[in-house]
Amino acid sequence: MWKWLHPYAKAERAYQLCNTLLPYFAVVAVLGILVGWVWGLAFAPADYQQKDSYRIIFIHVPSAIWSMGAYSSMAIAALVALVWQIRNAQLAVIAIAPVGAAMTVIALLTGAAWGKPMWGAWWVWDARLTSELILLFLYLGVMSLYHAFEDKRAGGKAASILALVGVVNLPIIHFSVEWWNTLHQGATITKFDTSAIDPSMFWPLMINILGFAGFLGAVTLIRLKTEILKSEQHRPWVKALAGGK
Amino acid sequence: MLHVDAVTCIKQERCLFEDLSFNLKSGEIMQLEGPNGAGKTSLLRILAGFAEPMQGQVKFNQQCIGRNYDEYAENVLFIGHKTGVNTALNALENCQFWLNTHGLESGLDLYEVLADLGLVGLEDVPVRQLSAGQQRRVALARLWLNRAPLWLLDEPFTAVDKKGVQLLQQRFAEHLATGGAILLTSHQDLTTHFDKLIKLQLEYRI
Amino acid sequence: MIAQNHSYWRVWASVYKKDVRLAFRQRSDIINPLLFFLIVITLFPLGIGPEPNLLARMAPGIIWVAALLATMLGLDKLFRDDYLDGTLEQLMLSPFPLSLSVSAKVAAHWTVTGLPMVILAPLFALLMNLQSQALSAMMLTLLIGTPLLSLIGAIGAGLTVGLQKGGVLLSLLVLPLYIPVLIFATSAIDTASMSLAYGGQLAILGAFLAVAIVLAPIAVSSALKVSIN
Repeated sequence: MWKWLHPYAKAERAYQLCNTLLPYFAVVAVLGILVGWVWGLAFAPADYQQKDSYRIIFIHVPSAIWSMGAYSSMAIAALVALVWQIRNAQLAVIAIAPVGAAMTVIALLTGAAWGKPMWGAWWVWDARLTSELILLFLYLGVMSLYHAFEDKRAGGKAASILALVGVVNLPIIHFSVEWWNTLHQGATITKFDTSAIDPSMFWPLMINILGFAGFLGAVTLIRLKTEILKSEQHRPWVKALAGGK
Repeated sequence: MLHVDAVTCIKQERCLFEDLSFNLKSGEIMQLEGPNGAGKTSLLRILAGFAEPMQGQVKFNQQCIGRNYDEYAENVLFIGHKTGVNTALNALENCQFWLNTHGLESGLDLYEVLADLGLVGLEDVPVRQLSAGQQRRVALARLWLNRAPLWLLDEPFTAVDKKGVQLLQQRFAEHLATGGAILLTSHQDLTTHFDKLIKLQLEYRI
Repeated sequence: MIAQNHSYWRVWASVYKKDVRLAFRQRSDIINPLLFFLIVITLFPLGIGPEPNLLARMAPGIIWVAALLATMLGLDKLFRDDYLDGTLEQLMLSPFPLSLSVSAKVAAHWTVTGLPMVILAPLFALLMNLQSQALSAMMLTLLIGTPLLSLIGAIGAGLTVGLQKGGVLLSLLVLPLYIPVLIFATSAIDTASMSLAYGGQLAILGAFLAVAIVLAPIAVSSALKVSIN
């Protein structure tokens, strides 16, 4: 009866690969975020202008960077899924999307919280914040399209197509929003000057970025493992796994 | 002509058929039988290239159908449950649209083809005002209007009266005589005798 | 007796003619989005006050947002009927690439929703008190921008055609992708109302259109193949 399952060892191998990679990402995540936050929040010197409120960059900047990083990796997975018809890559798209969306939400919330002391308002239509908001819409689109399909295979393919369409549009959207922002010059203050950042702030920031990358990778791997198990739930190896525990 | 090699189809976690293999040669007609939900339509959709099998291959003249799909499409006529007839257009417009979009030009008088199908005087009426059987006949007019050697027909006799069924079977015989092949699903037995009739039974599996 | 006629143009034209003909038989498909466009534009002065300068200042944005929403109305139906009656399957199983029929359908959609908006634009400009020097800019941006809206929207329509409740999801997928069009089109009108040259914005819109004409039909046809599956 289950003869048709044998050639699907590929999913099993992908699952094992996730298992092997997961500890590394988890260690990087825990160490990076722990060290980065303690250093950044407690030991790094206060900014001469923004005082202690600048410290939110240790969360805001990494999450903003990886919200876009997650979208690009999602698009790469989508490309692989569509060109080579690899089911695991489709699952990866689905696994990354909510994590990326969460990063985007963190970036938006911390951006708003930072905006309050800096601009005196929770929200200003700053180019970066606006792009980030649109990025969130794109993530939500991918996720809700996937969930709207009853046939999850078709849903995975549709979500992959949308992710690719999104990644073609993203630079255009980003560029047009930047342009729109310079056109309507309002209360824009550059948040921080990259050239002027002091090494004592730069290093904890880098460590945080690394830690967030580890976090993104680890959570994605956990989700990918679950997705693989869900889609392969009737295969013998999954049954053996479940029975063995 | 058509070569199905170890095809497996799984839908909604249910295995419809696995390792299904068969050949269909020119001049042969194959009738798919089986209870509702046995996967007859799913098999036809895989053969038409709309769905991909979980496993296995479908080959047409020794070539995988996915490799050069547009060329394969030229050789196949598919009429499914959804007939592809626009009900806001009339019968003539529907036939002409189908011919145009399939790169065909008919030397036949379309009026005559439709008249043979018992649609005299109904050529200019929007299809939605016709009866179910007549709507079906508009779709089936394509059997007279194509050059494809392979026909995939999903329940072609639905809603068609006895005389119509007879007419269709005559057309089947003509097609087979010119080297064509037919694969159809039907719950009723064919009334005409075909020399090369193959029956394929699909079981309902749990 | 049945001969081959392998002409791409004939396929394109027959799909295009069919869709336009159907729209003209069901005239509400053409008129309703226009009425919607008109009503949305009427609501704004009622909401923000009839002060002419204020309206003129907001006109480009209001007219373009209304145009985006009006385009969305017809999108849901773009592939739905053909999906339900099986025409899409027949188009897929034809010796011609599906993207050919797709581009014809999108062109037909633009002819019945986008083009009437371009033609009626002067009327809306009048209602919104737009400066006369901005009128030609508005018509040009609508002329270049609305086909873009149809092309991008078709991708969303192709992705959601097989879903029961695709309508709201469709707007969620498509509207964020419309943002660049909105930004450049409104900015062109703004620039024109200050009597400055707006060729740059038009050129960018034209570049978007060129890219979309090439890429969108491919994306749409692969989306449709997923939906037919």
